[in-house]
Amino acid sequence: MQYLLMIYSKEGAWEKMSLAEQQQGLAAYNAFTEALKKSGALVGSNRLRPASTATTVRVANGKSQVLDGPYADTKEQLGGYYLIDVADLDAALAWASRCPGASHGIVEVRPVWSMAA
Amino acid sequence: MADAIARRSYGKLVAFLAASTGDVAAAEDALADAFAAALAEWPGSGCPLSPEAWLVTVARRKIIDEVRRRRTREVAVDQLQLIADGLERAAAYGEIPDRRLALLFATAHPAVDPGISAPLMLQTVLGFNARMIASAFLSSPEAMGKRLVRAKNKIKQAGIPFSVPNRDELPSRLDAVLSAIYAVFAEGWADPAGIDVARRSFTEEALFLARLVVELMPGEPEALGLVALMLHAQARKPARRNAAGEFVPLSQQDTELWVVEMIDEAEHLLHQASTAGAFGRYQLEAALQSAHVHRCRTGEDNWEHVVSLYDALLQVSSSPVVRLNRALALAETQGIDAALAEIEALSIDPRMAEYQPYWAARAELLGKIGAYREAWRCYDVGIGLERDGAVRRFLQGRQSALPH
Repeated sequence: MQYLLMIYSKEGAWEKMSLAEQQQGLAAYNAFTEALKKSGALVGSNRLRPASTATTVRVANGKSQVLDGPYADTKEQLGGYYLIDVADLDAALAWASRCPGASHGIVEVRPVWSMAA
Repeated sequence: MADAIARRSYGKLVAFLAASTGDVAAAEDALADAFAAALAEWPGSGCPLSPEAWLVTVARRKIIDEVRRRRTREVAVDQLQLIADGLERAAAYGEIPDRRLALLFATAHPAVDPGISAPLMLQTVLGFNARMIASAFLSSPEAMGKRLVRAKNKIKQAGIPFSVPNRDELPSRLDAVLSAIYAVFAEGWADPAGIDVARRSFTEEALFLARLVVELMPGEPEALGLVALMLHAQARKPARRNAAGEFVPLSQQDTELWVVEMIDEAEHLLHQASTAGAFGRYQLEAALQSAHVHRCRTGEDNWEHVVSLYDALLQVSSSPVVRLNRALALAETQGIDAALAEIEALSIDPRMAEYQPYWAARAELLGKIGAYREAWRCYDVGIGLERDGAVRRFLQGRQSALPH
């Protein structure tokens, strides 16, 4: 089954880190990504630019409305994701707990709705 | 005949079908159809040689038909094949493997709302319907039905595995299973007179589930501890009410009425558990029951031992209920003032505000130091919180015995 691990964390925390801390943080993510690749579970992953760069779009009455900012204006924002393919929820949760994001934020695990072949 | 098999095999068949497909609701529906078919066919054709295999064959066909019917909407073809293969392969063994433990672990998975685990076990493993479960858990059948459906959807769609967790995860996961079983027991315990049909057998059903865990995972000390704990409580059931149906507190119970066989078995299991050298909540609670039984039977003062058991229990679970009971034991070893100080400290816990035993304990201790007016007020709160009429009358009796 495929699961999307969504990393939510406080924005701005990254900028406040020292260079050494940032390097350590990046290394941890690289190691996690590498481990996922090795196990054959990784489908895709990306880091996202801050929520200040987000734009929301909705169409109402045929007119599209474009707004500056993220959908939910919360302290924790989506900062990146991993799409993984594993046997079951326990395996997905095991990977989520190893994700550095689980230590500096929260990782939400969502099963992917598989469409008919 | 189909009825008798339903009672004996229901949970095993649901577990087998659900574990093969990951879909609890589909397993229940298919099995219900299979039982209906059995009721229609067996009286004429006679009971098949292997009734369970017959039921599984019919249920399997139903599941595959249903998946095929819906496949264009949500299920991929390869997934359908996987489900069919799983069912075929398992059925080919002849005997149906017992996957009830896997089902128990799925229903008490941390990704499932913990409040619904006990009802989910009652429905899937024991075959209770939502209406009976709702009544016992003080919920409307509609609300309970919705929560059960939601939990089953979560299990299916999130891919919660039907398996026994690995060694390093086992203690906490097993604890979730045991605590859901204990919740079933507590619901049954709340109706000691056995007036409520829906609740009547829940204590026995909980014992059945706990024994099942012991049978499927022999030697797990906490599972043994839970069975011992429940046996101790059950053993005293005949003495909890007098002939007039009135509540009798432990210290005044007629020990002759206790069921000796259950106490003996509890003691044996507790001893067996202790040899594993891994103490936990249930063993300690069973040991406390054992200490109370010993004191009541022999008249020997063992309150120091009781306090030390509560101390150990607080180490593994910092529940305010444990602190409350420890305070009552403390009254016996260090005096009323020490106990009242503990109880006073507990009052900041919001859970105590609506907990009847807290107010009854407080009233009891206040009465002993002559603070009658305050004791009266605490009895009032306790009486107002109690849902069991017999306990209410007992507290009212204690209250009116206070000197005015």
